[in-house]
Amino acid sequence: MINQLSWKVGGQQGEGIESTGEIFSMALNRLGYYLYGYRHFSSRIKGGHTNNKIRVSTKPMNAVSDDLDILIAFDQETIDLNHHELKVGGVIIGDSKFSPKLPEGCTAKLFAVPFTEIAQELGTSLMKNMVAVGASSALLGVKAEAFQSVVEEIFARKGASVVEKNMLAIEEGMKYFIKESEGSIGDFQLEEADGKTRMFMIGNDAIALGALTGGARFMPAYPITPASEIMEYLIKKLPEFGGTVIQTEDEIAACTMAIGANYAGVRSLTASAGPGLSLMMEAIGLSGITETPLVIIDTQRGGPSTGLPTKQEQSDIFAMIYGTHGEIPKVVIAPSTVEEAFYDTIEAFNIAEEYQVPVIVLTDLALSLGKQSVEPLAFDRVKINRGKLQRQEELPELEKNEYYKRYEVTADGISNRVIPGMKYGIHHVTGVEHNEQGKPSESPVNRIAQMDKRMRKLDDLHTAFPSPVFKDERHDEADVLIIGLNSTRGTIQEAIPRLESDGLKVNHGHIRLIHPFPVEEVKSMTEKAKRVIVVENNATGQLASIMKMNLCQGNIQSILKYDGNPFLPSEIYNEVKELL
Amino acid sequence: MATFKDFRNNVKPNWCPGCGDFSVQAAIQRAAANVGIVPEELAVVSGIGCSGRISGYINSYGFHGIHGRSLPIAQGVKMANRELTVIASGGDGDGFAIGMGHTVHAIRRNIDITYIVMDNQIYGLTKGQTSPRSEMGFKTKSTPAGSIESALGVMELAIASGAGFVAQSFSSDLKELTSLIEQGIQHKGFALVNVFSPCVTFNKINTYDWFKENLVSLSTIEGYDPEDRTQAMNVLMENNGLVTGLIYQDKQKPSYESLVKGYKEEALASQNIELEREQFDKLVAEFM
Repeated sequence: MINQLSWKVGGQQGEGIESTGEIFSMALNRLGYYLYGYRHFSSRIKGGHTNNKIRVSTKPMNAVSDDLDILIAFDQETIDLNHHELKVGGVIIGDSKFSPKLPEGCTAKLFAVPFTEIAQELGTSLMKNMVAVGASSALLGVKAEAFQSVVEEIFARKGASVVEKNMLAIEEGMKYFIKESEGSIGDFQLEEADGKTRMFMIGNDAIALGALTGGARFMPAYPITPASEIMEYLIKKLPEFGGTVIQTEDEIAACTMAIGANYAGVRSLTASAGPGLSLMMEAIGLSGITETPLVIIDTQRGGPSTGLPTKQEQSDIFAMIYGTHGEIPKVVIAPSTVEEAFYDTIEAFNIAEEYQVPVIVLTDLALSLGKQSVEPLAFDRVKINRGKLQRQEELPELEKNEYYKRYEVTADGISNRVIPGMKYGIHHVTGVEHNEQGKPSESPVNRIAQMDKRMRKLDDLHTAFPSPVFKDERHDEADVLIIGLNSTRGTIQEAIPRLESDGLKVNHGHIRLIHPFPVEEVKSMTEKAKRVIVVENNATGQLASIMKMNLCQGNIQSILKYDGNPFLPSEIYNEVKELL
Repeated sequence: MATFKDFRNNVKPNWCPGCGDFSVQAAIQRAAANVGIVPEELAVVSGIGCSGRISGYINSYGFHGIHGRSLPIAQGVKMANRELTVIASGGDGDGFAIGMGHTVHAIRRNIDITYIVMDNQIYGLTKGQTSPRSEMGFKTKSTPAGSIESALGVMELAIASGAGFVAQSFSSDLKELTSLIEQGIQHKGFALVNVFSPCVTFNKINTYDWFKENLVSLSTIEGYDPEDRTQAMNVLMENNGLVTGLIYQDKQKPSYESLVKGYKEEALASQNIELEREQFDKLVAEFM
């Protein structure tokens, strides 16, 4: 019996590769296993190699594994491109239809199973993926019943006979494989899982659910990889809660429309990736100077320009912190797990309203699209705080022709906020520098007063934000502190025990509040380590630069990866060893 | 009942004496009073340029945004609170150059706002460059040898894009302009009111006198039916777009808001945003 393994299914894009992985992992999630998936796909719809690599474990394992136990192949290309990942004793199950061959030197055990033929005999070749799921399950020792509820949900609308046939396809796949492989393979039987019910979702699901739970009721957005799932979820759900999604003509419209709705009192967000964020930069400045709450999700992908649209990267960090001309107070939050993506999105709406600033929730492709098991989210942790938003009955009568002091200079820099429709709340809002009533003003005295007011709003944010840094500090005096952000958390966590077993003392910090940078919190960690190594998916070490700038420290080194793929635990292990 | 005076504030516009935009400001104030709203029920969103300052010159909620983006901001405001009367406004550069993409899409989206363009065929605040509404041969600082690009026929374009309300007026005719803005506000859907609003400082061709000579009032065309889309197109083409009055209206066209599933009559901004535990549990269960 084993307690974790890695399984991959591959074939041509558009061939049902995604659904094969989906059905396989949904069933295992329901048995209580922890799942972690990463999809390799291209910027096209039909054709081109695609694969879905899934980690199955009895404990949380939130990283793409170094190697592979089982490879399910729908074409020879899948074998040729992926066999090198297989462990010694690993298994390839290929569709007999393409007469799978083992590449030279490959020591894996190959089985040809007639996925297509069995499916055709049962009615349609479309079910070949179910046959493949069946063969995989036989190898893992998972019973066919485990798939019943998943198959029922997916095919319910197509009727009972379709459900039945698909279940039959799974069973036939199992039978065939058991007969074919008898006694000839190693142990792939999974230890029983804890049977607990967990959610199974991608980061974008968690963000969308967080937005809905956090009170967002309007989302203007423009489709883009890897952000579109957020708008797609909300298009389905918002109508039940009175809200809606508008697919805008571009990201400029998306961002400015969200500003309009927030100004008028509705929590509103937009979501995009680098190219869209580039178009939103001017509007982000408008949100900053007009002190209009705004939440933007940036799901980082390979840049610059169109870059690597379906690949992993963390190269928007500088752009998100510094982007927009001029100077505004802005918050950049970077959740590092799917769970955090949910809670942080809610927090983003709270901060946006409490501080009246734009808040960017930064994720990366691996976090946004990686599907994983998540402990059920807690309703009791959800708090909505609308800051200094006034109620009608709180507003004193205004003198005739007077405007409400929407931009009143206050000790904390935050002014009371009213929304259109409120009597005695009339004021002007402008992206031009303005006075306390929102009227344009070029006076130097006013400029300094308003600029200082806006900039001091975030003075206390790094302490107000719940856990700006995820800390795993095992040692008071560590040999090395590894720092990361976003999806690398699980990967670093997996590399640490290997480094520790070599006798190294390793601490780990994951930055969750990127801007304003939590200097003191990070300093308290770096002070306990001889060296600091920053792991990030970009070519120039952006997070490392920010740390050097903020901490004025010289012992900061980088481990960088910018080939479009997420880090593997072994890569972090090896590179840390090299640097030390 | 509010009067037009209630929509006045104490801010002195920084427009040049004689600017056509003064009348547009007055027409909006009168139209707002005429449709029976009070100042806090009106939101005026504007773009950047001389005309963009208009949101600061009306006693109402005003939002002076970014160049070319008054429409998406205004649509966001309206979606958040459909009880408000929302007017978007700006110049021809704002709406037909940098913001053209939004203009066409706001037309086809058909959210119930009124878009007033102060069209002076030139860039004023940047001191006299060509606009997408400048005629071929028009000499400006940026086209010293005369414009070699053709002028946009925005009224024709609006009708072709599916507009449900298209009107054009001249800032000298305060009565007609007020009436058209009023009708635009009352129209259930997107309403475009293009106003010839002369720039007395930089445009020495399209002057008040030039417009008086060249504009044709639709009221002088016998049998003109603003609900006849083909006739509207023909008349615009016959007159090189230089007509005033209600050019086209489709009273049956449903607004965007009326077609949104689950979208309530009550303002979204005044609805409770906290989920009940049962609602949350149901959403969570969908991922299990």
